[in-house]
Formats: sequence, structure tokens, C-alpha cells
Amino acid sequence: MELRKDSGPLKWVLILLCVVFLAVMLLLPLAYIVITALREGFGAYWAAITDPYARKAALLTLEATLWAVVINTLFGLCAAWSLTKFSFRGKKVLSTFIDLPVTVSPIIAGLIYVLTFGRQSPLYPLLEEAGVQIIFAVPGIVLATIFVTFPFISRELIPVLNAQGTDEEEAAALMGAGTFTIFRKVTLPHMKWALLYGVVLCTARAMGEFGAVSVLSGHLRGKTNTLPLYVELLYQGYDFTGAFAASSLLVIMAIIVLILRCWLERKGNKANDIR
Amino acid sequence: MKTRTRNRRSVIPGFGLSFGIMIAILSLIVLIPLCSLVIYTAQLSPSAFWNTITRPRVLSSYWVSISTAFVASLINAAMGLILAWVLVRYEFPGKGFIDGIIELPFALPTAVAGIALTHLTTTNGWVGQFFYDHFGLRIAYTRLGITIALVFIGIPFVVRSVQPVLEKIDRQYEEAAMILGASRGETFRKVLFPEILPALISGFTLAFARSIGEYGSVVFIAGNTPYETEIAPLMIMAQLQEFDYASATSIALVMLFIAFIILSVNALLQSRVSKRVSGLA
Repeated sequence: MELRKDSGPLKWVLILLCVVFLAVMLLLPLAYIVITALREGFGAYWAAITDPYARKAALLTLEATLWAVVINTLFGLCAAWSLTKFSFRGKKVLSTFIDLPVTVSPIIAGLIYVLTFGRQSPLYPLLEEAGVQIIFAVPGIVLATIFVTFPFISRELIPVLNAQGTDEEEAAALMGAGTFTIFRKVTLPHMKWALLYGVVLCTARAMGEFGAVSVLSGHLRGKTNTLPLYVELLYQGYDFTGAFAASSLLVIMAIIVLILRCWLERKGNKANDIR
Repeated sequence: MKTRTRNRRSVIPGFGLSFGIMIAILSLIVLIPLCSLVIYTAQLSPSAFWNTITRPRVLSSYWVSISTAFVASLINAAMGLILAWVLVRYEFPGKGFIDGIIELPFALPTAVAGIALTHLTTTNGWVGQFFYDHFGLRIAYTRLGITIALVFIGIPFVVRSVQPVLEKIDRQYEEAAMILGASRGETFRKVLFPEILPALISGFTLAFARSIGEYGSVVFIAGNTPYETEIAPLMIMAQLQEFDYASATSIALVMLFIAFIILSVNALLQSRVSKRVSGLA
């Protein structure tokens, strides 16, 4: 029997408050971007998003995002595997370092890469000799993107593998399975949804990163401009239709991410319930 | 029953490989850059460091960042609590949709959010015009505007940390409190609130820490007037654009220190509050 049945005015006042708050804070900006992007007609919108510079910026964003997802997935799998299946000293310190990048301001993230690879760094002569340019070039953008999304995948995997324990892997190993067989047949099925969830979060953040990338990019149109930087460039040039048109691409991406996130969460919860 | 003592060597293979890859990537992405920050800091002269961080313009940028982030996080704590409550306790049409869009600030690039909020709140924007005409209030290019942008990016933090805790609370406690004659307000204050408090504090701190370092959504709406609406990350950015790495690093070190203090205070409060709730203190 339910003693406290929430009803009456309080419930609807609170719901109304939430709806108004979210509508003004979240939905209005979203709607505004789409409306402003289409303000001058679909032709102008199409011209803005198929502009060669916009296309180049979108491609660079995709490149950086792909790198971030690949490197962070590799890292996430290795970190989750070694931190949860084995016991060794210094685990806590390692976890702290893994989580550190998200607590640091993106501008500071950019700054530490400038200090590492910039002109005043001890590494600079070596890089110069090798002919590698990192700062104000694509590698810097890629590194910054990896940094700001660093723990996103490992943080999703570690709790799942911790909860699962090591018994199944030990049994598989004692029966003679090799590393990759154990991983593929025993561990991977457990963390499949968590892994996908992490990849989605990583993609979302990587595509939208602004501060850190802004520090490391040389802001060369068509060369080192990612989509968010391109939006800034157009906005500062008072090309609002262009800026909001380019933004609308990122909005579409954000909506896809939200839908995927909800779907994966439901899938993951279901998979956990069965177990 | 486990009788086997955990020996040094696990039977599970693949430790060397995975540990090696983990350390290699961690070093390249996090450890080496951090070391270079430490090395560079060691080369700074203390007097130059002190001069940089006590410039009036820098001091006021810290104040702008901290005060706006604090107010925005307070608003988010209140609204986040209400949102979590509504999402956990009530059934109503459209609930799934609301639950889904809470994460929008995570998914939407900050620069995009920034330009949309700026355009909406200028004195001839949809929202800004209304407030300017009726209350004479300017939103964009003031600290109020910065606060609004920070409220936007901080929404998910409190909701997502309070929601799971609220879901797990056993309703029996509330029912017991009500049978014993507590009013609804008392039940909330004395039974539910202490249970939620640690999660509320940690959500607040996460939002606060994130807001202080936020750059993308704020630069557009701030207007960046010296002493008025210049935030600390912008000061670092300005120094970097002049290639004055020493000043940029000095300002950044203070910000890292502030973030460190916020997170430590949170850790301290967490252990205090959880002790009190579990009846140890």
C-alpha cells in the first residue's frame, strides 16, 4: 500500500517549473540555432554548409574525433583490463591521473601542450630535427582532443569489469584459453554496452571541443580549423547565417548522440538485469 | 569460499601487454605534458609569478570566474534537485523526453551553445529584448550573461548525481516518518534530505569546478570587458596569444590550485556527511 501518494498542486507546480526551465535553457537555444540557420532560406543554408572551408573543417573534426575514439578505446580496454583483473600497487595514483584531464580547464589543457611541444620546450629541437610540427598544426589538435576525452571510455568500463570479478577469466585461463580468446569470448560480452556508451560520450565531447583546440590550433582556415573553431570564425566575422548553419551540423550530431545514449543505456540496463 | 590467497602471479594472461600499452598512452597524453608544466613552473621566478597573479586585471578575472560559477552552481543545485525529484517521483507524459534532454549540455558543443545564448539574450534578441524592455535588464555582455551560460553547461551535473541516490532510497523510511506523524515537509527535511545531501554536494562541486574552467560557452556571451566580464581562462588565452607563456602558466597555476581546493573541500565534506548519515559521528 502506498501511504504517501504524491498528488495535488505541488506535483504540477514542480513539473511546470522543470518544463519551463528546460524549455528556456535548453530547447530555446536549440530551436534558435535551427531557425537562424534557415532564416535566409534553404539555398543560403545549403551554400553555407557545403562551403569548401566548412567541409574541410568538418573533415578535420572527424579526423580528430576518430583519433580520439581509437586511442581512448585502446587505452580504455588496456586500462580496464589491467586495473580490474590484476592486483598491483599504485592503482589509486593511476586512476587519479586517468581522471585528471576532465577536471582541468580546457584552456589549461591547451597550455600544457604548448609548454611541452612549443618553442621554449626542451623537446622542441628534437621535434624540429625530425621535421614534426605539433603546435598550431593538426597533431596538436588531435592530442588536445584525446586529452579532453581521455577518461571517457575507461571510466565506463572499469566499474563494469570490477563488478564482474575475475572468476570467469581465471576459469577460462585454467582451461587453456589464450589472452585474446578470453578477452573476446569472456570479457567483451560483459562490457559491450558500456564500451559503446563510452565511445558515444567520447565522440560527442571530441567533436565539440573548443577551448583546448583553440589554444593549439593556428586558426588557419581550411588547414587547422575544426568545426567549432570555424563557427567562431564566422561568428566573429558577423556571418551569422553561416555560423548558425555550421552550428546546426553540430546540433544534429548532438541529437544523434542523445538518442544513441538513451538507447544504449536501456540496452545496458536490460543486459545487466538478465545477469 | 575463497581459501586461495592472492598470489603475486595471476593466472589471467595479458598483464604485461595491457599494462604496457596503458602506461605508454598515459605517459604520452598526460604524464609528459604534466611534467613539462612542473618543469616550466620551476623555472619561473617567484617575484614575476607574484607580480602576474596580483595584477588588478588578473585578480578581478578570478573574482568574476569564481563568483559567477558559484551563483550558477547554486542555481543548478536547486534546479537539479527539483529536476531529479520530478524525474524519480512523478509520472507524467513526456518524462522520457525530459530525462533524455538533460544531457544536452554535454552533447552540444560549448561554442555552439555560447553563440546561441548570446544571440538570444542581447538587447534585441528574443529573450534579451523582453527583459530589457520590461525590467531594464541587460543579460548578454554582463556577469548575468556569464552566469546564464554557466547554468546551461552545469545542468546535468547535479541531476545526474542526485537522481540515482533518490532512486535507491527505500520508501519505508518516509512511510515510517509519516505514520509517526511527520508532515510532508518535515519528512523531506529530516529523512530524505540528509540522504541526498552528499550527492547534492558532489554534484554542486563538479558543476562549480567545471564552471570555473569553462571557456567556449562563456567567451561569446561575456563581452570580455576588462575588470567587468573577463574570466580567468580568457586571461590565460590572452597571454598565450601574446606568447607570454610565463604569465599564462602563472595564472593557470592559481586556477589549478583553486580547482584542487574545491575538490578537496568536497572530499572532506563527503567523508563528514557520510559519517553523520551512517551514525558514526
